[in-house]
Amino acid sequence: MSAAVIVTDLVKQFGRFAALRGVSAEFAAGRLYAILGDNGAGKTTLLRALAGLTPLTRGSISMLGTTDLRSVCGQLGYMAHPSLLYDEMSGMENLRYFARLYEISDRGQNNEDRCADVIRAVKLDSSLTRPVGQYSQGMRQRMSLARALLNDPKILLLDEPFSNVDIRSAGEMVTLLTGLRDAGKTIFVVTHQAALLEGAADEFIWMEAGQIVSRTSDLAAMTETK
Amino acid sequence: MKRAFPILAVLTGVLLSYALYQALVVAPTEQTMGDVQRIFYYHVPSAWTAFILFAINFVASIVYLIRRNAKADMLALVTAEVGVVFCTVNLVTGPIWARPVWGIWWTWDLRLTLTLVLWLIYVSYIVLRRFSSSGQTPLLAAVLAVFGALDVPLVYFSIWFFRTQHPQPVIGGGGSLDPRMWHALLINWLAFSCFAALVCWSRYRLEVLRRDFDETLALEALLEPRSSKARSS
Amino acid sequence: MSSVAGLTRATLAKDLRLEWRSKDAINSMLFFSLLVVVIFSFSFDPTAEESRRIAGGLVWVAFLFAAVVALNQTWAREMRNQVLDAYRVSPAPPNALFLAKVIGNFIFVTVLQALMTPLFVVFYNLRALGPAYQLPIVAALGTWALVVNGTFFAAMSLRTRSREIMLPLLLFPISIPALLAMVEATGAILTGEFSARFWIVLLAAYDVVFTIASLFLFGLVLQAE
Repeated sequence: MSAAVIVTDLVKQFGRFAALRGVSAEFAAGRLYAILGDNGAGKTTLLRALAGLTPLTRGSISMLGTTDLRSVCGQLGYMAHPSLLYDEMSGMENLRYFARLYEISDRGQNNEDRCADVIRAVKLDSSLTRPVGQYSQGMRQRMSLARALLNDPKILLLDEPFSNVDIRSAGEMVTLLTGLRDAGKTIFVVTHQAALLEGAADEFIWMEAGQIVSRTSDLAAMTETK
Repeated sequence: MKRAFPILAVLTGVLLSYALYQALVVAPTEQTMGDVQRIFYYHVPSAWTAFILFAINFVASIVYLIRRNAKADMLALVTAEVGVVFCTVNLVTGPIWARPVWGIWWTWDLRLTLTLVLWLIYVSYIVLRRFSSSGQTPLLAAVLAVFGALDVPLVYFSIWFFRTQHPQPVIGGGGSLDPRMWHALLINWLAFSCFAALVCWSRYRLEVLRRDFDETLALEALLEPRSSKARSS
Repeated sequence: MSSVAGLTRATLAKDLRLEWRSKDAINSMLFFSLLVVVIFSFSFDPTAEESRRIAGGLVWVAFLFAAVVALNQTWAREMRNQVLDAYRVSPAPPNALFLAKVIGNFIFVTVLQALMTPLFVVFYNLRALGPAYQLPIVAALGTWALVVNGTFFAAMSLRTRSREIMLPLLLFPISIPALLAMVEATGAILTGEFSARFWIVLLAAYDVVFTIASLFLFGLVLQAE
């Protein structure tokens, strides 16, 4: 399997604070990667750099074979702790609008159907008319994930998707993610809840102080040394 | 290059002194206005110098937008700051001159108003630079400079037409200048330009030092392993 | 190109729908505009002849204040929940978002003007002695001048401290030629003493120049961190 993402010597500095201090790695396609580490380790910065939201101080990113991230941004899905949704609209309304951003209808599938499909995929009710601002945190996370899946992205970037989500919903999300991974998507999950991904993630990546310190597929081995 | 700086400083000092002598002693006293008119030798060159500095700022901003060159950004910063100072001199000397001679503190004539608007735009430019997060400052400032430059011809035409509709007194008056006055004026302009170059150069060097310092600190933060393994936040 | 138009329409529709649903902003702003007119009327109480001369200035300063309040909340909904990030990650053209916001603000400020104008006419006994049909043209061109730059600077202010003061600080100096044009044109039409044609042309030129500049540079500002 070819590399989906190659990062070379990524450096990101916010003034005098170095969030990323020379990250170099290759990530193969069709795998689920769990990025772990303490607060301030640089996990979110790395994810945002991959999403193209943070300009880098130094280094380069090659995604799906190109370093021009703008050209492949249509194949990315991004999700973070803020929901990236409008609180005043219902889930369907939100997704209908965001589908326009990706010109989903141009891809030959009905906009409406696609939105309903992804909402069902995250186990939510597409007929719900309540505004998203009134959702529980778990429901909001799942709707945010639905938004990230709208354009059927090849690469998913998820920042703390399980935070404040109940165990059952989290388990369902993990099942969804493994299904997506099996379908060939490359998924990056930043999380503090490594145990949730045990058995699901192909590789666990530990970050510390802006660098990747270790990578392993055996979570137990990693947690032993920490 | 380093030796040029003290040479420029000395040259500036000499020119400024000579210009002062020209303005206050050599230039003939104006017929109607008397000695007060001598402020003209400070009022006009400061405006010309400010306009040139702002023009340089505009060019540097465009270069930054195209090339993202840090030197262009520093040049823009420096010329904006020094330009505002010279602009202020012009705006202050204007009323000081106008009051005893024409009896009014201010008039919305073309030159004064244009200078005031430029001053406002560039003060807002400096405030923007101070208030924005440091990563984005050069970009936002360059964009504002472009907007400001696009505004200038529009300001010019709007005031020009306004004045044909509502005639206003003119500060600075028409009429031809005695050649000795021209001489004094140009010498002062030359002296001001050297002074502006000197101050810009100093400010530029200061900015270079400041950025080097920041970069060194940043590099240190980058290289040293953080001793914060025990510290969990 | 058609995608820009379609997305602009969709974004504008969404914004109008959300505005209609909450109605908070529009209601409080309508009341604010009313207050501004009343305060001005107390502060400046000239005779009918004088009022025609200065009404241009009064009206537009009042509109300017109302517009700034409206412009400051342009991106408020996008800032909550970091929705702008979703836009930046997507391949959607930034200009569609910008145009939708400008048009939305234009509609918003025009509604405020529609409320304030009759009040001004009443309080100042205004009557147009010149060609009244030019007034809506001046209003439209002038409002566009304010909102196109205002929306742009509002986006720039998102990256600064003291966001709410930064917007007028950047907007006012750049808007001076447009403001002069609006005020003079309105005064000319109301008094009938001059032709407003030059000012209308100047406003149109201002609008064209800054709309193009904003469209050109908005992408940069949006992608800035």
